[in-house]
Amino acid sequence: MSKLKRLLVPKRIPFVFWVTLIIFLFVIPQFSGKYTIYMVMSILIFSLLCLSVNLLLGYTGLLSFGQAGFYACGAYGCGKILLIFPQLLPGIIGGVVIAGVVALILGYFCVRHTTIYFAMITLAFGMMVWALAMKLREITGGEDGLGGIPRAILFIHSLNMEPMENYYYFVLIISLIAMFLFHRLVNSPLGLTFKGIRDSESRIACTGISIRNTRLLCFTIAGMYAGLAGALMAPLETRVTPVCAHWAASAEPVAATIIGGMYTFAGPLAGAAIFFLLKDIIVRFTEYWLLILGVIVIILVLTLRAQGLAGVLQQSLFSRLRLNFEGSRNERSDIKH
Amino acid sequence: MDTIVYQGLTGLTAAMFLWLVSAGLTIAFGVCGILNIAHGVLYMFGGYFLFTFYQLLGLNFWLSILLTLISVGLIGLVMELGFLRPIYKEPIGIQLVLTFAFVWIFDDLAKLAWGPVSKIVAMPRFFEGFIRIVGRPFPIYSVFIIGTGIAMAVFIWLLLDKTWWGKSIRASALDREMASALGINIRTLFSGAFVFAAAIAALGGALSVPLRVVGPGIGGAIIVQAFVVTVIGGLGNLKGAFVGALIVGVVGAFCTLYIPVFEMFIIYIIMAVVLLIRPQGIFGEIR
Repeated sequence: MSKLKRLLVPKRIPFVFWVTLIIFLFVIPQFSGKYTIYMVMSILIFSLLCLSVNLLLGYTGLLSFGQAGFYACGAYGCGKILLIFPQLLPGIIGGVVIAGVVALILGYFCVRHTTIYFAMITLAFGMMVWALAMKLREITGGEDGLGGIPRAILFIHSLNMEPMENYYYFVLIISLIAMFLFHRLVNSPLGLTFKGIRDSESRIACTGISIRNTRLLCFTIAGMYAGLAGALMAPLETRVTPVCAHWAASAEPVAATIIGGMYTFAGPLAGAAIFFLLKDIIVRFTEYWLLILGVIVIILVLTLRAQGLAGVLQQSLFSRLRLNFEGSRNERSDIKH
Repeated sequence: MDTIVYQGLTGLTAAMFLWLVSAGLTIAFGVCGILNIAHGVLYMFGGYFLFTFYQLLGLNFWLSILLTLISVGLIGLVMELGFLRPIYKEPIGIQLVLTFAFVWIFDDLAKLAWGPVSKIVAMPRFFEGFIRIVGRPFPIYSVFIIGTGIAMAVFIWLLLDKTWWGKSIRASALDREMASALGINIRTLFSGAFVFAAAIAALGGALSVPLRVVGPGIGGAIIVQAFVVTVIGGLGNLKGAFVGALIVGVVGAFCTLYIPVFEMFIIYIIMAVVLLIRPQGIFGEIR
């Protein structure tokens, strides 16, 4: 009885919420069709991309408009490896490593700057990846991209990943691990340093921490998360095209993150789900879905402002339930860049 | 030799379109502090409106250009008054996502209004000739574009440096509060500057349609190049925007001729080199 009581104490609600959500995600394939599974996978992958944007935007205060570039690096890297050597895990790891290395190199140029300059430079470098994907025909397949990427076996138990359901569990487990690690990261001393840089650069500099190196580290980790998202996407879609590196693709996770609430852990995840479902619904009704999506994004951004959905909910509904999204209790809501 | 000169002039023509877009971008950023991603779409609208007035309605070329500038200026006014004004104080993420949403909306509106097929305008008859430069015919229209670009540079310089309006703009760009304390109406000034910036981009777009096609998506393509230009030249610096546009345009033209594989990403390499040597851009100041 006391156990049950403890479970019902408001403090435990976030825990219960997360566990229910995870259990629900695990049982989805039992009662739903292929399309739902595909959608959930896409949302999970998009969430990872949003986390990548949020690590820079919400935690370190840098707005990257080029994350799709690293996403594409991961996707192309993974696709290329799988085409040559059909083993799923090396493909994914390879994609992540390639994206990380590219992020490290490009990050060197980017992290000298902040705010608008940073956004412009990341956008330009993201487009450079796009241009490379278009032009290096021999490696990337040009405008047609890479096709016929196999959903290769997972070599540990030689598991067959060809059926959607099996691949779903792979994506789910990898995403959950990545999200858990992300949560650990942003609540670690390093995560605190990131937040410190966001809030007061000069104070962090005074403690002897190299601002530029920390930003570069953050940029690299964010690039790896984007690369992971891309690497998981390549076998799912079985093809990679340069479109996924375009800056329009970079803007989507930024919009989703801001709508969801950028200074929180859960906000971007919620934003990713909302944005993706919204897009999916609108596309069914009209050819001019970008028009409607744009209007909805403008309305949401103008009403929610910098707090996002998570911030607004926290203030009104959830504060009564004491359902705190992690890492947001001490957040400033009026950060000016 | 004559190939080099010819290609240089072609590059210069391309540079002038880039300069007009970057100038608008720089003014909007310098004054209002907003990086308007939808600026490229305003350039696209310039092309579409000229197509409508000149080709569809059969108006006089110069009148069409004037009407185009007014129409796009009005679009800029609506954007500034209705959407940008409430978010001047918000973090840049909000501003960028908002202006980006405009790219989506305007792209689809253009598709609705003018269809998904690219449009081109017939060259006005008085521009149809060629002049001979180092023995090769060069279209008069391109000479006209280069002339207009340089004239606009002089015009903007005179406007910002020698007039009262320009002085108040520079004052409020430096210190918003102090300027308003001195009796400058910041709100009208911001609207005016934004409309002016929109009109410059529209001029670029309008002048480009007899030469290049206008279609959905060209706004996104040119804004990325304009970003590279402003990063190379130094953010918020008109001189830098001009020089940056020249570099990007001319190098791009030579690259198309000699090493076409690099054509698309040579500008990013230039940008990386500039960032390596002078992180704040060629004319940028360290803040």
